[in-house]
Amino acid sequence: MTDTLIARPHARLPLPGPLPNRLQLTEDGQLRHMLTIEGLNRELMTEILDTAESFANMNEKAVKKVPLLRGKTIVNLFFEASTRTRTTFELAAKRLSADVLNVNISTSSAVKGESLLDTLRNIEAMNVDMFVVRHEESGAAHFIARHVMPGISVLNAGDGRHAHPTQALLDMFTIRRHKGDFTKLKVAIVGDILHSRVARSQIHALNILQTGEVRVVAPCSLLPADVDQLGVQVYNDLDEGLKDVDVIIMLRLQRERMEHAHLPSEHEYYQLFGLTARRLQLAHPTCLVMHPGPANRGVEIESAVADGPHSVILEQVTYGISVRMAVMSMVMGAHQA
Amino acid sequence: MTPDVPTLLDDMAEQARHYLKARGIDNPIVVGIHSGGVWIAEHLRERLGIERPLGRLDISFYRDDFSRIGMHPQVRPSELPEDLDGEHVLLVDDVLYTGRTIRAALNELFDYGRPASVALAVLVERDGRELPIEAAIAGAHMELGEAEQIKLRGPEPLRLERVAIDPEDLDA
Repeated sequence: MTDTLIARPHARLPLPGPLPNRLQLTEDGQLRHMLTIEGLNRELMTEILDTAESFANMNEKAVKKVPLLRGKTIVNLFFEASTRTRTTFELAAKRLSADVLNVNISTSSAVKGESLLDTLRNIEAMNVDMFVVRHEESGAAHFIARHVMPGISVLNAGDGRHAHPTQALLDMFTIRRHKGDFTKLKVAIVGDILHSRVARSQIHALNILQTGEVRVVAPCSLLPADVDQLGVQVYNDLDEGLKDVDVIIMLRLQRERMEHAHLPSEHEYYQLFGLTARRLQLAHPTCLVMHPGPANRGVEIESAVADGPHSVILEQVTYGISVRMAVMSMVMGAHQA
Repeated sequence: MTPDVPTLLDDMAEQARHYLKARGIDNPIVVGIHSGGVWIAEHLRERLGIERPLGRLDISFYRDDFSRIGMHPQVRPSELPEDLDGEHVLLVDDVLYTGRTIRAALNELFDYGRPASVALAVLVERDGRELPIEAAIAGAHMELGEAEQIKLRGPEPLRLERVAIDPEDLDA
């Protein structure tokens, strides 16, 4: 497995199954790694959101920093390009007073043929406390979590098309701040579900928080084979899928992950599945529009909607910092307990 | 016998009036430390007739024992409704014991600004200080020794309770 992660980056490994929680949680149920939303319980997820809430008003302070992780070293280990996720993880770590090291593997050792495990051992030898991992291969963060030294935490910042748990958590945080109770909400996730680790994590999170109705809206060619097992209502028609929803989560059309012709053309996709101001009127009048970014304007979302009054897309970015601070402080705390 | 809380609050208010008057401070910002300190701060603010909104501090992110005991399970947001720069602050807690909570609270306060002065008011000051921190205003003084602890229960009614010490709470 070690070398396959580097040598066959595009191999279609099966997604890691329901995670044995003993990898992710301590014996007494505290979070020690954040690898996937799957298998978390409602109490723990609520605790993460509550902790994030207490970080969210830190912007009022003259000094936007707390000394919680002073002296800890956090490594951003990114095997895949990312701006938003990496920078918000970095800022979260800095606001907790940790030291941050950014390692961009696609431009370093991997190119020289160093295996993932070798890279890991080398950075471990620098006495670090946490890895934030993004990798194009599903299951990469689990792999690292299984092999790191005890005492080091691993946060999954996106692995292949499997999971992106902190993105889902910040989305839940954004929804909770605006809507409160999940049990009465109708949430539609629209777009490229097949390639989206974000959608997978969001669906798990929404179900754990007992959301009233979770819909996925996509053409059949962009739905995963196991969509029936995800606990969602499937719609192939956008107008129907948007009817009366309280939250619309648009997904980015992941052109770089598309191996075959999943779509006739971007123009046709926009005609059928693009969120326009006209279509938005089908949703509930106080509907939120969300997007994990970066948005393809004119492909999945109209600019007027992305920048419109229903959009909370930039709030999502802001809250991403608080949520990542919460997860970082909780996993570091769990090792101490 | 544990002392009656309302009586202690009356006494604290009296001491606070003298303290503030002697220093010519007429409108301090009252800041309570979660959770017992906030309860006491609310009563004290009412007794002193201070109209400025109450500040609340949760010092969990400033504790010095995070690396030993990890994250406190219930952290509430700190709220300081007003700018602290140049203001006189009356910092309120329920029990002053080791002094570590107050050290953490001072650090957090200074991340919000630079107050002109900070005075500490506590319901009970007991023995066991580990840091050079003392209260300007204290409702009661108690000698308890290492095996015992005094806790404030509330919010309604507020009452003090003596309990055998829980080693996890040593820094309370």
